[in-house]
Parts: sequence; C-alpha cells; structure tokens
Amino acid sequence: MKVKTIAENLGLKVVCGSNALDRDVTGGYTGDLLSDVMANSKEGTIWITRQVHQNIVAVASLKEHAAIILINDSQPTQETLEKAETESVPILVSNLPAFELSGKVFNLLSCR
Amino acid sequence: MLKFFNCDLHIHTCLSPCAELDMHPLALVEKSIQAQLDLIAVCDHNASANVKYALAAAKDRIKIIPGMEITTVEEVHLLGLFPTLEALEKMQLLIDDHLYGQNDEDRFGVQAIVNEIGEVEGLSDKLLIGATDLSIDRIVDHIHHLEGLAIPAHIDRESFSILSQLGFIDETARFDALEISKHKGIPKARLDYPELHRYPLLTSSDAHFLRDIGTAATRFLLSEPTFAELRMALQNFGGRRVQED
Repeated sequence: MKVKTIAENLGLKVVCGSNALDRDVTGGYTGDLLSDVMANSKEGTIWITRQVHQNIVAVASLKEHAAIILINDSQPTQETLEKAETESVPILVSNLPAFELSGKVFNLLSCR
Repeated sequence: MLKFFNCDLHIHTCLSPCAELDMHPLALVEKSIQAQLDLIAVCDHNASANVKYALAAAKDRIKIIPGMEITTVEEVHLLGLFPTLEALEKMQLLIDDHLYGQNDEDRFGVQAIVNEIGEVEGLSDKLLIGATDLSIDRIVDHIHHLEGLAIPAHIDRESFSILSQLGFIDETARFDALEISKHKGIPKARLDYPELHRYPLLTSSDAHFLRDIGTAATRFLLSEPTFAELRMALQNFGGRRVQED
C-alpha cells in the first residue's frame, strides 16, 4: 500500500515530502522513544509518533521508513520541516491519538 | 595556580517530589562539606525555590551553583546551571509559564520548600514531576541567553535521557557538556560513545537522599571553585579541564 493511499483513507494532512507519497508501506510502528524506534522498527514502516524534534527525520531516513505520522495534530518544528524536505521524508499529521490511529493504520494494512 | 576541586553538579533537595524530606538545604550543605565536595549545583525538577536557602545555609563554607533539572517536551532531563540566583529565577519564570498540572503528594511525593535553618516555608503544589511544553532547543537557547550552561542529564539512562528520547545527539546541538550517570562513569562512556568525543563529560551523584551525596563527583582543574572557572574548564581554557578518570 502506498503512503498516499493511507493519507487519503485516513484524511491525513501532508505537511512535507509530498513528492515521496508513492512509497510502499510494508508495516507500521508506534513509539516516542527514538532509541526504541531505531532499535526495533523496520524498513518500509510508517512511523506513528508524538515527537516533533528534528531527530525524527534522521531516524526515519536511517531506518528507511516510508513516512512519519504525527498524532494529536502535533506540528513539526521548522528545523524538522526543513530537514524532511531535504531528505524527502513525508510527514503527515493526524488529529487522532496514537492508539486510535495505530488501529486504523493496522486495519488498512491488514486488509490489503 | 590551578588545582583539583571535587564538584557534584547535580544534587536535588526535598523540593523534588522523589527526594527525601531530610534532604533540606542545610542538611544537604552539611553532608556535602562532610563529603569533601568543593563545588555543588543544587538542581530540583523544574523548580528552584530551595536554592536561595542552600546559598544562605552554605555561607562561605562551600560554593553553590544555582541550577535546575528541566524536563523538556521531549521528556529529556536537561540541567541548567547559572552564574547567579537572578539568572536562575529568570529561567524559573519561563518554566512556570510552561509547566502544567497539580502535584498529588500520595502518588509522587511531598515538595517541600525549607529554609536555611530547616524550617518548612511551604509546599509547592505544581506538578514538578511533569514535563514542560518547551522544546529542548528552546530551553537551551534560553539557558544560553541567561549565560548559563546547558547539560543533558544522565545521557546513558534508559529513561528521560537525550539518548533514550531523541536517539542521538545531532551535530547542530549546542550543549556545554554531557552528564554521565555514576553507574557508568566517564571512562566507560568514552568507550561507549566515541561519536560524542567533542563534548566534555562529567558525572554527578544525582542525589535524592542524603546518603547519595559523595557517591559521585567530577574533579575539575580550576584556579578556584566558581561558575566562571567551571565554564572555562569545559572549554579547556588556560589549562583548566575536567579530570576524566
């Protein structure tokens, strides 16, 4: 499933990286501890988090994530936006909390 | 002439909910002197009301740096050390505006403001164990604006540390030093974190109980135990430095 399909289905706002929405999503991971995400998430993941610090871009890029979804309408910092544009990491924003959003993403990915 | 001074730059008082009530400013000062510390920083979680009493209790017996252990929105614990009490109080104004919630003494502990002779002046009802809604970058900026030092606390710990919360330290960060927990110590940290070679490292007791004072300290080569000298040592100025082993 493409990042774009998930964004459309769940009404996510694309705040940057709109040129990379055709990436394939092969799984999801939810977490706010970047050390944990670095250790346990996989390539192709769509990562759900509340952290907005610029380090999220480096983690997503390093782990070759498909995209990042910020929960609870959280807004990325200016530095995060700039880094994400440079590194072509899509950042999407949802108004849902992590539990509900993870459930919806999980359902979408399971009914492929 | 330069000589070595024992410095513990991270000691809590009974204002921190997780610290014992016996950790009042006078007791803390007495224990620090007994432990042969030359310079200490008093750092409570998101609070600083006991620092002036620690200064009063110390008189000229031991040097005290006004400090605070600030919780950033990323839930990173960051030490802010300041040249004066006034600078710390200015920092506190910003923190007070960005820290929400009320303490629950039964769950988190009592937050006592105690004066220099051990009398309780009051209790703080703020949720000091909580996190501010300020980003780590914003807080570092403000600490530097007030001419303070910004030092991420216990970076090797699995909770509330910059490495647990933010994964790594990016190269644009402007920290003045990094604190290593006493369980790891500086020599082991140098082996574990070669990528952090450009940072001075220090270690502290992070004392929450009187018995913790003296369990860890960092030796600094200084001409006298002051904030200005400490800053110069972190910049390796004029032969001043941190003794790492």
